[in-house]
Amino acid sequence: MKLSPDETIFWEYGFININLTIVTTWALMLILVISSRLITRNLKVEIHISRWQVILEIIVIMINNQIKEIGLEKPEKYIGFIGTLFLFIGLANLFVIFPWYQPPTSSLSATAALAISVFLSVPYFGIGKKGLGGYLKSYLKPTFMMLPFNLISEVSRTLALAIRLFGNIMSGGMIVAILLSIAPFIFPVIMNVLGLLTGMIQAYIFSILATVYIAGAVKIKAI
Amino acid sequence: MQIDWFTVIAQIINFLILVGLLKRFLYKPILNAIEERENKISSQLEEAESKKEEAQKEKEEFKQKNEDFEDKKKKLMKKAVEESEEKREELLEKARKEAGKFRSRLKKSSEEVQQNLSQEIEEKVQKEVFAITRKALSDLASLDMEEQTLKVFISRLNELKEDEKKEFLEAFKSKSDPIMVRSAFDLPSKQKTEIQKTVAGILGTETKFQYKTVPELVSGIELTANGFKISWSISEYLNSLEKNISETIEEESKKGSEKQ
Repeated sequence: MKLSPDETIFWEYGFININLTIVTTWALMLILVISSRLITRNLKVEIHISRWQVILEIIVIMINNQIKEIGLEKPEKYIGFIGTLFLFIGLANLFVIFPWYQPPTSSLSATAALAISVFLSVPYFGIGKKGLGGYLKSYLKPTFMMLPFNLISEVSRTLALAIRLFGNIMSGGMIVAILLSIAPFIFPVIMNVLGLLTGMIQAYIFSILATVYIAGAVKIKAI
Repeated sequence: MQIDWFTVIAQIINFLILVGLLKRFLYKPILNAIEERENKISSQLEEAESKKEEAQKEKEEFKQKNEDFEDKKKKLMKKAVEESEEKREELLEKARKEAGKFRSRLKKSSEEVQQNLSQEIEEKVQKEVFAITRKALSDLASLDMEEQTLKVFISRLNELKEDEKKEFLEAFKSKSDPIMVRSAFDLPSKQKTEIQKTVAGILGTETKFQYKTVPELVSGIELTANGFKISWSISEYLNSLEKNISETIEEESKKGSEKQ
């Protein structure tokens, strides 16, 4: 039994290997991009619009409002990053309803990649907003004594992000797999439903935490 | 449970590509569409608001115009009524004046008619009376009327009262003009001398006489001396008759005008 989709390797050349995680990610990317393209190809500005457009608008506005609620003033600037986090993780977790599907988020490499992206995005947005000096000063708040703790928290929260998502999704998959061998009927379905819920909650938590970290770096006054 | 670093790097790249693609194909167009629609709706609302305002303004204007029109109408009506009233008054005044003029003319003409009538009646009556008297006298006493007239005149001269005589004398003395005797008929010389004798009897002296024939006297005779006058004629009788008749006519005409 393979614990991670990383272990299913399709093609290998030295350091380079194309495993199930990467392939599934590509598939998810394709689905997201193509469906967005199909729906936004003929967007209408009239009062009557297509149902698909309504669904997309609802999702986008929801993400926008969430970002705004957390305290970022111009959500349009961050929605590309935060919204994509949410949509990608959400979709990846949502597809567990398909049999034999292994979500890329159950691979520690993939979640680590997302966490590293968040870790990098914090200084990116922070420096973009306050300049390099202003951003670096935020590590000295409230006093310079806090600098090591700030640095440690920076790393630890990234680790926590990666492990939390990986642990939740992987365990969900594991529980279903174990239950299948013990009680193959009905129970796995219930656990699968729970897994769906957990997956959506994890997508929400991941993107909200990313937003909070970015907001902490962007705001003039540190929280 | 281990981290495959190639997968991590590949996933980071994958994720960044996905961010770029979704930005390009999802967030931007959707956000743009939402903004555009909101702008459109707000502009439409603004337009509606402005149209409403315009409508309100036009309504006000129309109302104002209507009021003005009503005002004007009332004024014109009032003016027209006043003018017609004035005109009516004027016409009435004119008619009244004309009626008054007409009435006075009528009155005048009726007066004229009355006068003419009375004159005519007088003349006729005089003539009739004269004729009757003449006929009666000649039939009853086979007397000449002129002779009788003279007789009456002379007897009147003789019957003059003292103060009348005195007056006559004074009048006679004040001027030496001849005594004028006027009569409706030619006096025969016999009667002339009779008058002269009688007068001389009153005055005590002889004096000159002048005789004149005046038909208007109607069978009468008249003696004048410097303002003093003694006379007798049928017209004296006639005068009272005339007076009566004219009174009757006046009463009649009065009744007629009252009836009008």
